[in-house]
Amino acid sequence: MSRVRRHVTLDEPLLFERSSPGKSGCQLPPLDVPEVDAEQALGSNLVRREVRGFPEVSEVEVVRHFTRLSSWNYAIDLGLYPLGSCTMKYNPRLNEAVARIDGIASAHPYQPESLSQGLLEIQRTLEAFLGEICGMDAVTLQPAAGAHGELTGLLLIRAYHEANGDPRRVVLIPDSAHGTNPATASIAGYDVLEIASNASGMIDVARLKAAVDDSVAALMVTNPNTVGIFERDIQEVARILHAGGAQLYMDGANMNALAGIARPGDFGVDVMHLNLHKTFSTPHGGGGPGAGPVAVREHLEPFLPLPRIFDDPHGLRFDWDRPKSIGRVRAFYGNFGVLVRALSYILAHGGDGLRNATVDAVLNANYVRKGLEGHYDLPYNAASMHECVFSDSRQSRRGVKTGDIAKRLIDYGFHPYTVSFPLIVRGALMIEPTETESKRELDAFISAMQAIAEEVERDADLVRKAPFNTRTSRVDETRAARKPVVVWEPRSRK
Amino acid sequence: MEYPEDCKYTKEHEWVRIVGDNAEVGITHHAQDQLGDVVFVELPSVGTKLQAGGAFGAVESVKAVSDIYAPISGDVVEVNDELVDAPERINDDPHEQGWLLRMTVADRRELATLLDARQYAEYVAAEVEG
Repeated sequence: MSRVRRHVTLDEPLLFERSSPGKSGCQLPPLDVPEVDAEQALGSNLVRREVRGFPEVSEVEVVRHFTRLSSWNYAIDLGLYPLGSCTMKYNPRLNEAVARIDGIASAHPYQPESLSQGLLEIQRTLEAFLGEICGMDAVTLQPAAGAHGELTGLLLIRAYHEANGDPRRVVLIPDSAHGTNPATASIAGYDVLEIASNASGMIDVARLKAAVDDSVAALMVTNPNTVGIFERDIQEVARILHAGGAQLYMDGANMNALAGIARPGDFGVDVMHLNLHKTFSTPHGGGGPGAGPVAVREHLEPFLPLPRIFDDPHGLRFDWDRPKSIGRVRAFYGNFGVLVRALSYILAHGGDGLRNATVDAVLNANYVRKGLEGHYDLPYNAASMHECVFSDSRQSRRGVKTGDIAKRLIDYGFHPYTVSFPLIVRGALMIEPTETESKRELDAFISAMQAIAEEVERDADLVRKAPFNTRTSRVDETRAARKPVVVWEPRSRK
Repeated sequence: MEYPEDCKYTKEHEWVRIVGDNAEVGITHHAQDQLGDVVFVELPSVGTKLQAGGAFGAVESVKAVSDIYAPISGDVVEVNDELVDAPERINDDPHEQGWLLRMTVADRRELATLLDARQYAEYVAAEVEG
């Protein structure tokens, strides 16, 4: 218990509840133009006489309110964030400095191509780098997040099969997949067929072979998969699909285990997406903006979304004349500010640096695995890549589940790992330390997890009732989901 | 856990019980235990044709969303509307009040392919061990 971080324990009310009638945070100068009656100018249907519950507070109350709330947050800037599969990397400050360069930060999406040459160059360079890292022939930067990239990728596959006069209706997905994969396939109009994994947590090649027929459009696979294991048979998987006329889609969520070491294009992938907010260190914060570029082999290039950047004698331009394209997938050309940060990360590291980051990510995950192996059950024995997955089977015998261990971890000052995913592991604890963590930070995490395992043996109830060092302890997640209150009401009016 | 003898079971953890000419379908005690507190149920509308082994809806808990598969083929004749406001019935009483839907039975021979209570209990025990 040497590394416990204390939360501010104040019970901070909502800003609305701090309100006193008539209080104001600023004083406006006297009006020096004739006053206009809003109702007369706009019509009474557009004028509000009162904003119900609008907070009337002073400046310092606003500042303190939000500063206190921010002190309740846990962030990567405070410590380890071991959420497996989400790859919560540290976001280097250099990315932010680059994104704030004047010509970049103040660019407008409607400024003409002739005044956007540098910006287009940034995008084209990033496309080329991502293509090289993945071993693919062409890249689009448009998709706004990973799942959007998946959908774009499947629409490309669909367009390709249709152009060949061979529309197919089934997409195969291993049972270890991210939930977005079956959702994507279904939204793209395909039937989903789940393929059970083998005893090592990998794709079962025999089952796959039996499932591939002329109705199968593609297999969607994450490699390394969500158990953190590299799909060793991936080349054979690609061969089986291609022999059956199907395509291989790779979910690049775990590309941070491969960058600089192995290239999906070299092991048979036809189309894939990348999550720049995972592998390339752009911010995850606040649910976005993300970026989910899609990389393809040559045969899918004609179908890429409009527009494409190309080199014209007069400079870089957008090409809109691409009859086979699936069309636009997003306004403008992707979340530009995010793309800049990813390019900054790639250039700052260089090829060797990216390779080192991958090696360190794998090393750190295996260091954690080794440190916890004797304390938690390891359901799959195959070598771990950038993350490791344990199960709570030892602890659940004492009535303690993965969610309880995660809550106790908060008391030790860490953000929880990923709980109960992947679904093929009962009671999963999925841990991804990422490459940036020092041995000291990893050791602190390992000792915390070891201490919790001992607590489970000694005093299971302590873990079942955690956390204790937080502002609030357990909240009623079930009631919140069953009877959510989504509209705030002033306390006095309830 | 004793599973009701008057039901047949799938390896996907659904139960089916013949009541008169129709069949009642739900998820098992083991399924609700694995899911945790159920917060939402998505069910097909009356008249939907179900194919044995095909997904017909989903059960959402605080942990995960799981597809539910039809144990046998037939048409939906009634769905348990009370689950909309009280999904906790699936946790509290999965084999009785927590039923999901009632359906016609297209082919009684399909029942023979399902597990009986004893086989299902053994299947669950093996899964928990493994």
